[in-house]
Amino acid sequence: MSFKKTVRTLPRVGDGPVFRRALIGIVLTLGALLILAPLLIIGVEAFSKGWQVYRDTILHPDTRHAIMLTVLAALIAVPVNTAFGVAAAWAITKFDFRGKGFLLVVIEIPFSVSPIVAGVAYLFVYGLQGLFGPTLDAYGIKILFAIPGIILASMFVTAPFVARELIPLMQAQGRDLEEAAASLGASGWRTFFSVTLPNIKWALLYGVILCNARVMGEFGAVSVVSGNIRGQTNTLPLHIELLYHDYQAAGAFASASILAVIAVFTIIAKVALERQGAGRVRPVANPAENAS
Amino acid sequence: MRRNVLPGLRLSLGVTLLYVSLIVVLPLAALVFKAASLGPLDYWQIVSSPRALASYRVTVTAALGATLFNLFFGLALAWVLVRYRFPGRRIVDAMVDLPFALPTAVAGISLTALFTSNGVFGSILDDYGIKVAYTPLGIMIAMCFTSLPFIVRTVQPVLEDLDPALEEAAQSLGGSDVAIFRKVILPLLTPVLLAGVSLSFARCLGEFGAIIFIAGNQPMSTEITALLIFIRLEEYDYQAAAAIASVLLLTAFLMLAVTNWLQARALRYTQRS
Amino acid sequence: MKIRLDHVVKTFQTFRAVKDVSLEIESGELVALLGPSGSGKTTILRMVAGLEFADGGHIYFGDQDATDIPVRDRGVGFVFQHYALFPHMTVAQNIAFGMEVSKTKRDKAAIHARVAELLRLVRLEGLGERFPAQISGGQRQRVALARALAVDPKVLLLDEPFGALDANVRRELRRWLREIHSELGITTLFVTHDQEEALDLADRVVILKDGHIVQQGTPEEVCREPKSAFVMKFLGDANMLSAEVRDGRAYADGAVIEVSGIADGKAELYARPVDLDWAVGGPGVAASISRVMDRPGGRRVIATTGSGVPLELDLEPERAVKAGDAGYVTLRRATVFAV
Repeated sequence: MSFKKTVRTLPRVGDGPVFRRALIGIVLTLGALLILAPLLIIGVEAFSKGWQVYRDTILHPDTRHAIMLTVLAALIAVPVNTAFGVAAAWAITKFDFRGKGFLLVVIEIPFSVSPIVAGVAYLFVYGLQGLFGPTLDAYGIKILFAIPGIILASMFVTAPFVARELIPLMQAQGRDLEEAAASLGASGWRTFFSVTLPNIKWALLYGVILCNARVMGEFGAVSVVSGNIRGQTNTLPLHIELLYHDYQAAGAFASASILAVIAVFTIIAKVALERQGAGRVRPVANPAENAS
Repeated sequence: MRRNVLPGLRLSLGVTLLYVSLIVVLPLAALVFKAASLGPLDYWQIVSSPRALASYRVTVTAALGATLFNLFFGLALAWVLVRYRFPGRRIVDAMVDLPFALPTAVAGISLTALFTSNGVFGSILDDYGIKVAYTPLGIMIAMCFTSLPFIVRTVQPVLEDLDPALEEAAQSLGGSDVAIFRKVILPLLTPVLLAGVSLSFARCLGEFGAIIFIAGNQPMSTEITALLIFIRLEEYDYQAAAAIASVLLLTAFLMLAVTNWLQARALRYTQRS
Repeated sequence: MKIRLDHVVKTFQTFRAVKDVSLEIESGELVALLGPSGSGKTTILRMVAGLEFADGGHIYFGDQDATDIPVRDRGVGFVFQHYALFPHMTVAQNIAFGMEVSKTKRDKAAIHARVAELLRLVRLEGLGERFPAQISGGQRQRVALARALAVDPKVLLLDEPFGALDANVRRELRRWLREIHSELGITTLFVTHDQEEALDLADRVVILKDGHIVQQGTPEEVCREPKSAFVMKFLGDANMLSAEVRDGRAYADGAVIEVSGIADGKAELYARPVDLDWAVGGPGVAASISRVMDRPGGRRVIATTGSGVPLELDLEPERAVKAGDAGYVTLRRATVFAV
């Protein structure tokens, strides 16, 4: 009787050693060129003029103001969108009502709309050419080309982020737990906080983090509604554009490096949350599951 | 409809409808309203002006190219991540999300830095006479970057859950690798590939931040539609901006509808009769 | 096609799933691999199919060493536990798949004719255009069988073929599989954890435990002459009494039975509920009835012995017994194993 050291398993489709190595090689090379290189070049370019220029850019009042504004936008838009996402997921997954499918489609619309279109749309609501613009102007309320406009536009582009993480998960979990809690006499809020929330916390955090990354990085919609006033309505991405077109490439990359670091941390947080099971339940129908 | 014992319908649905109305529906309605107020003739003149047509052509061509590339690359990447084990796989898996996490403006300036003629890649490509930055090819590469995760992330979970017994069955019936891939695996991936392709294509059509830095932005040759809208705004030509934006918006809705229809068709076999 | 397993070993990581199994299956025989979960039965079936590779030993198909022949060239028909039907193909397309991908080219008309023939064989005429999601579990099982038969396999292998079905459908399909087997005469090996299924269906039953064959034989042989307490217990309800063997007799709590071939000393006496009877007077095991459960075919009585051991007896429907009755459990027959 002979024992082979390696356990032989049935080779699946594409497990041939040559094919396998070639495919991994091609994919990794392309991935390095298309994904990794752009990330690395940010660091290289940011420090191309030395540490001093990097430091000066980051500490420049305009940069600091842009950072503040970006953080402010996130601090308002993310919690509001989170509250919306939870409310939408609760309404959609815990109740049956007419037009639910339509509501789901509407919630997802911002994903398929160009950020530029979103910005223009807001212009026609709050701008002087828009629906409420003249009225607001008469009362001296400034929404466009000011901070409220930036926040509203950010809310539009990120509206679906939390909801679409929660809805498929809460749909999969069903209503049994909440109904059990209600039958035991728990109030609605109590049911939500002690029964629902513990089961969705990772998915919720996942949605929040993705939402935050998008708010901080939003460019197109914000560039339409911000007015691009240096030191006043420039978020970090807009600040980058300004520096870049001012032929201060090193400065632009220095500012970009802040956002790149946030992006990397977002990815790390995302991976950590996926280990907790977040981001697993997807609404896309899976034919393999319907088999047998 | 069954009676529901759970509380909070009024509050949660109220908040949802109010928010969706104010944040999503109202602005889009305002845009459509603005575009509609133009009158058919003016509208048509604006959206079919040579510069607008050229921008559609540039955008759609690059988006098709980028989506086609991502279809193959995204499928290959998903396949490699799901089916093979190799050192660094988890890191590669995490890196796939970078285009989603990295702000588009940041991606735009980094890709430009890489592909200008004195950039790392640009200088090499220059030697072969290939210009990327400030050409339609640059637009395509920016689109490839920002939309890559769509296909990978839609295909990956389905590929992961693909029942190994299906492949074993196909093998026991004598199927070769190529036959099994073509007749079993690919058809099962088709619905999600369709979904990924349409998400990716929609994203490419609307992309702005990553493109404008690398595109060159020359009217008629490297000007994308989103940029044309922006330029019309800067010229205070709000009506033209509204009209062209409405074209992008309608295209997005059309894409949504077509995708849903295609997906439903591709998944017909899961319906119980 | 005759199949022979020669000292086959399979190890998963550190767990040895199959330990030195040798087995012969005659051409045209219908054999059941029966055992609890983790006994290695499915692994053996998958090794015969070529879906797993043996770490040691050989598998022969006829005179040919098939150990290293890949599954796609092995010429087996495999019916998966959950059928593994291709969900995006119709029933007819599923059945045709093997013929379409085969190296021996068939024209469309021939494939079509064969599909129709197989649909008739598995009694699914008219369902060819349905998708797997649109038919019942029992129908899917038959499609899976037709698909496996379509490639004219030398051997038919079935993994828990009826495991996912309701009891009624299961019984009907069992009878039907038996008919198909007699019609086609194809060497068939199937895996089950259900003793009733194995005994009903198979020509020969191979009982496995922890990667070993513990007994094999016709259903009659394994039922009448179980070689171990494990087989005795695994094949059906069995009562156990501690016994003492002296001079060819086993003594257990007052009951005595003749035994042969067992050395004097401690032993275990096993008796099925139908092997026991109830009497008001001795000799026998003194007991009192704690519960009577009525069933369509008779009465199942639970009697607790003086030492507190519950015994299950099957009595005729007419027997007037009730809970609380005191009396004796007598032995009609029993099997005794030395400890």
